[in-house]
Amino acid sequence: MGAIKTITNGIIKENPTFRLVLGTCPTLAITTSASNGIGMGIATTLVLLGSNVVISLTRKLIPDKIRIPAFITIIAGFVTIVQLLLKAYLPALDKTLGIYIPLIVVNCIILARAEMFASKNGVFLSALDAIGMGAGFTAALLLMGSVREFLGNGTVFGLPVSRDFVPPAVIMILPPGGFMVYGIIIGVLNKLTGGSVSKACRSCKDMRCEACGKVEEGVTA
Amino acid sequence: MKEILVIILSAVLVENFVLVKFLGICPFLGVSKRLSTALGMSGAVIFVMTITSVVTWAVYRYFLVPLGLEYLETIAFILVIAALVQFVETVLKKTVPPLYRALGIYLPLITTNCAVLGVALLNIQKYNVFEKLSLAKSTLYGFGASLGFSMALVIFSGVRERMEKADIPEALKGFPIALIAAGLVSMSFFGFQGLFR
Repeated sequence: MGAIKTITNGIIKENPTFRLVLGTCPTLAITTSASNGIGMGIATTLVLLGSNVVISLTRKLIPDKIRIPAFITIIAGFVTIVQLLLKAYLPALDKTLGIYIPLIVVNCIILARAEMFASKNGVFLSALDAIGMGAGFTAALLLMGSVREFLGNGTVFGLPVSRDFVPPAVIMILPPGGFMVYGIIIGVLNKLTGGSVSKACRSCKDMRCEACGKVEEGVTA
Repeated sequence: MKEILVIILSAVLVENFVLVKFLGICPFLGVSKRLSTALGMSGAVIFVMTITSVVTWAVYRYFLVPLGLEYLETIAFILVIAALVQFVETVLKKTVPPLYRALGIYLPLITTNCAVLGVALLNIQKYNVFEKLSLAKSTLYGFGASLGFSMALVIFSGVRERMEKADIPEALKGFPIALIAAGLVSMSFFGFQGLFR
């Protein structure tokens, strides 16, 4: 795969949020405003970049049997670094994102990229993949955050847009609004592109599905 | 007694992990297609989350705090959870085979369930705020939170089983309509806001 294709793959074709439906928890929880979305997106991108690079460098050293615990430990290390950096330099953002910063560890996007990409490709491509996926995730969070902030508070990035003449629908920045905006955005994207999530999610099957917490249809039947 | 009820009911209804706190959304959407899978996953989660609250509390109190390593809590907890899940799986397989057959395939999925790491981290947050939250209270909170997760999962699987027969626009099939329905379920849970205090 070419370098450019690797980057754009994460942004559009396999957008982690809207196409693969991975990392749903932070997507729903912290997108109450556009700036929160960007903060979370960048924090996740940094972790993803670090873990993809290290896992790609050590991919020949890690025995196959214990790779999942090893990956999780590497990811947790980078999450801790990002957590401490945020606490030191951006305490306000750290406070709003709260528990969702340490929870980046169990964000399925990161483990999925480690398993599907970094453990099979060289350092350069893995870093590009991390940047592409991270950009796709950040863009998705920014979109979700902007839509919810606009509908629920009448502002975007804290700047008043419609709040002076249309009363905002507060429910949109509350939990129910998060679910609905997410569902509707995926639906609209499906309509526009003609694709569907279930088709894109097949790439989940390439990896062990436990990483994304989904059971295949019929496993228990 | 009243305190116990308040801890459990507020974890189940007011601060429902899935519908209000957005923890454990992946399994919530992933295994809610059928009631049977939802029940299996619920059982496994109740089991693991309750034990996790006990073990992570002990690890934090007797290992991380005395050594001054509180900043390593994320790494320590995820390793504890991964080891614990493996341990529970092995023990169940050897001692209670029927239970293992019922919960077995859900156990590996739990390591990356953010509700489990979430309950450990929230317990520690409370531990630091309330000056040493007791072991009993954090265990109760873990149990209540997992009950809340299970309740949301089971209710939602009922909704989704009905949706299978409904006529849904092509673009909304699958995840989108599930998310919109989850929004409605979440809205109903909003009625419990302010139930206590």
